[in-house]
Amino acid sequence: MSQHVISVKVENKFGVLARVAGLFSARGYNIDSLAVSETELPDVSVMTIVVSGDDRIIEQVKKQLNKLIDIIKVTDHNQENAVQREIVLAKLNATPTKRNEIYQLAQIFGARIVGVTNKAIILEMVSDPETVDNFIELLRPYSIKELIRTGRVSILKE
Amino acid sequence: MKITGAQIIIESLIREKVEVMFGYPGGVVIPIFHHLFNAPFKFILSRHEQGAIHAADGYARATGKPGVVIATSGPGATNLVTGIATANMDSIPLVIFTGQVSTEVIGNDAFQEADVTGITRPITKHNYLVKDINELAKIIKEAFYIATTGRPGPVLIDVPVNISNAETEFHYPETVHLRSYKPVIHGHSGQIQKACKLIEQSKRPVVYAGGGVISSNASDELRTFIKKTGIPITTTLLGLGAYPENDKLSLKMLGMHGTYYANHAVHQSDLLIAVGARFDDRVTGKISEFIPHAKVIHIDIDPSSVSKNVAVDVPIVGDAKHVLTEINKTVKAPKIDEWVTHVMKMKEENPLTYKDSDVTIKPQYVIEKIYEISNGDAIICTEVGQNQMWASQFFDYTQPRTFISSGGLGTMGFGFPASIGAQLGRPDKRVIDIAGDGSIQMNIQELIVAVQHRLPIIIAILNNGFLGMVRQWQQLFYNKRYSYTCINFQPDFVKLAQAYGAEGIRIEKKADVVPAIQKAFTITDKPIILDFHVDREENVYPMIPAGKSVKDMMMRELA
Repeated sequence: MSQHVISVKVENKFGVLARVAGLFSARGYNIDSLAVSETELPDVSVMTIVVSGDDRIIEQVKKQLNKLIDIIKVTDHNQENAVQREIVLAKLNATPTKRNEIYQLAQIFGARIVGVTNKAIILEMVSDPETVDNFIELLRPYSIKELIRTGRVSILKE
Repeated sequence: MKITGAQIIIESLIREKVEVMFGYPGGVVIPIFHHLFNAPFKFILSRHEQGAIHAADGYARATGKPGVVIATSGPGATNLVTGIATANMDSIPLVIFTGQVSTEVIGNDAFQEADVTGITRPITKHNYLVKDINELAKIIKEAFYIATTGRPGPVLIDVPVNISNAETEFHYPETVHLRSYKPVIHGHSGQIQKACKLIEQSKRPVVYAGGGVISSNASDELRTFIKKTGIPITTTLLGLGAYPENDKLSLKMLGMHGTYYANHAVHQSDLLIAVGARFDDRVTGKISEFIPHAKVIHIDIDPSSVSKNVAVDVPIVGDAKHVLTEINKTVKAPKIDEWVTHVMKMKEENPLTYKDSDVTIKPQYVIEKIYEISNGDAIICTEVGQNQMWASQFFDYTQPRTFISSGGLGTMGFGFPASIGAQLGRPDKRVIDIAGDGSIQMNIQELIVAVQHRLPIIIAILNNGFLGMVRQWQQLFYNKRYSYTCINFQPDFVKLAQAYGAEGIRIEKKADVVPAIQKAFTITDKPIILDFHVDREENVYPMIPAGKSVKDMMMRELA
């Protein structure tokens, strides 16, 4: 089992996401993360799919993806050949006395403070998936109230 | 001039040169049926939607043309599901129209609503929900193109009733442009050269041909290839007829119930040349022991079939007909006299056989007699189970599109409706459905369709009062515990035939087998049920149990 990042260019039409997702779910595979958006061409969407699975079966899924009529291109992305980003939003229980520590941590990671109330503080951070993981680990002592991260987006370097 | 969506469907089918359509009406397709009533092509009204789609499938398999089906929304469409999955597994081109509730109520649990594109997504090559009348003609054009090109398959078009009623100008596109769908036809020339070299250097080659040879109409090219190279050839169930089985180099079928000599030749081979076949588990058995010594050349139009189950040394993605044509131009015969002699010796010493009886009718005997009396010149449809395996073993298929059977999905109840489609597509041929007493009851309601259209289909029921194949497994692997496989509480098939206006003959003595078949062949204006009461516990042999290898092959009954 290893993690795969598959970027799929598809026709921007209804039903395509269900076709793509179906190929994974039919094999009992859980999609770890998924991001879908339009591209520079309004009739083309791109899906960045992060999925863990047996290499041979993922290879088969990619061939099956290529067979779908609405799929234009399937590419493998990794940390070497692509720039990958995720956004995380974290809401922390933060009384005014704790805030300074949190500000410092945010500064180290280049995170932004996007909301503050008397009880809570919301941080936003954009980075590669590993840095996002590290950031979240370091936030844990500060009692995370709620945390959400986007699916990964990935673009080939060349 | 503006015409309605319903009219666009009929006009498009005319332009696709559709000769026959199969289906069943219902609420939301009334607008389409309104115009079907005076369409210039034949419409065959089934008695169950499943019957309609299997008939369309049988028509497609027998003729090579796409089968066309229509059913209503909800239950009409869900009744098609088994037939769609059957066609999808065996790569059969179908274009299926289903009605859908009006676009403004989709998703509101309207009467007879089901998410048909959702339900059929994994069992179609592609499907469409039409949401704009101006897209309809283009979608139909694409559907026929997608269904019939590349690796063929079923394409479904879900047509909401308000789209059928809406009006627009009709322009049927001349061409299809799909940027994301471009099937590879011609094989890579470098790969073809590599393959030729491997073939020439091989010492123990075997050809393994599948349904892809039939669907690409590559039988002639395959025959030329075998003639040029002298390599022994085995086929899959769906490949039966791709190469004449009465030829010396034919090893007949391989796999679970394949011949001793086909399975052993493949196992011993040093080069396996797979053409339009997909290394299905019923063929390979235990993968690791399937071809321990062989390199593999795999010719297939579907890249996802290549190296799916078995690692391939020389993949050639392309249409079997084109690729074989190219190979035939350059390939030289390998020096394999010794190997061929060895394989022929295995063939001679281990023929398909059964223990005949003077008392009971052996099912294999019935198939042999059908073969003899028909001179092998018939289209054989089968149901699924023992009947299917005996029909594949004891009849020599010599022409493509003469063996019609649900291979991948193994759909009981397929054979009889498929024989209706086959007979409509090939009125010049005698069509025979080899059935079991279990399978035939799954779509028996279609008998009235065969009577109505005066189709002289011979339905040979190998009646053993059992769901025979499951019973065989229960006998061999489950301690003879015949749990719910005994079905000897059954209808009187002769009276049933008569009730429908067909002919029915019950055969209980061996001596009556030949006269009954001969009589059936004299009847040309209605279907005939031949109810053969055969040996109840006859088994299909040889047999490689599921997941086992050639060394576990059971040749006959253990005493």
